[in-house]
Amino acid sequence: MNNMVTLILICIGVLFNIFGCIGLLRLPDVYNRLQSATKCVTLGCYSILLGVVFHFGFSDAGFKALIAIPILFFSATVAAHALIRGTYHFGTKLDERSVKDDYKEVIK
Amino acid sequence: MIDFLTIPLYIQIALSAVCLYRIIRGPTIPDRMVGIDIFGILVVGICAIIATQTGKSFILDIGIAWIILSFIGTLTLAKYLSGKKLNE
Repeated sequence: MNNMVTLILICIGVLFNIFGCIGLLRLPDVYNRLQSATKCVTLGCYSILLGVVFHFGFSDAGFKALIAIPILFFSATVAAHALIRGTYHFGTKLDERSVKDDYKEVIK
Repeated sequence: MIDFLTIPLYIQIALSAVCLYRIIRGPTIPDRMVGIDIFGILVVGICAIIATQTGKSFILDIGIAWIILSFIGTLTLAKYLSGKKLNE
């Protein structure tokens, strides 16, 4: 029973990671790449760690995986936000197919 | 332990190879930094799957340490990109 839950959660996580990395490979722009990859890969690793929690149960490894979930959740999102803000201030252009740039009016 | 988890492990390693492709090939400097950031998150998943296979718990410690170091490194790179010094 626990093995089936572990397998399903880990397969869902790997599926999200595949979608995120397809976005990292195919999208045209650094902003689109980071927006695709960070969300999908964070949610995928979150699901994999949840599967590890179900696999080990109440033991030391289970609690380590349980602690790793909020650390991953906050650090990955905050790092992505800081990185994309620094990228904009660095002066990287948007793709020419982009239609709207709201942040330009905000920092003016 | 569970033998059928080897296939997700191989898929995860192939996905980190995709990140290495983005780091090597990336047209601009921020592309490479995005690749490093995503690679750091994927390694945690690899560590978690290896921990379920071997049953050892110290591999999850490697994952947690890798998350925190990747977080600090990405923040430093973002500061460098926005053109500020590290203490402002």
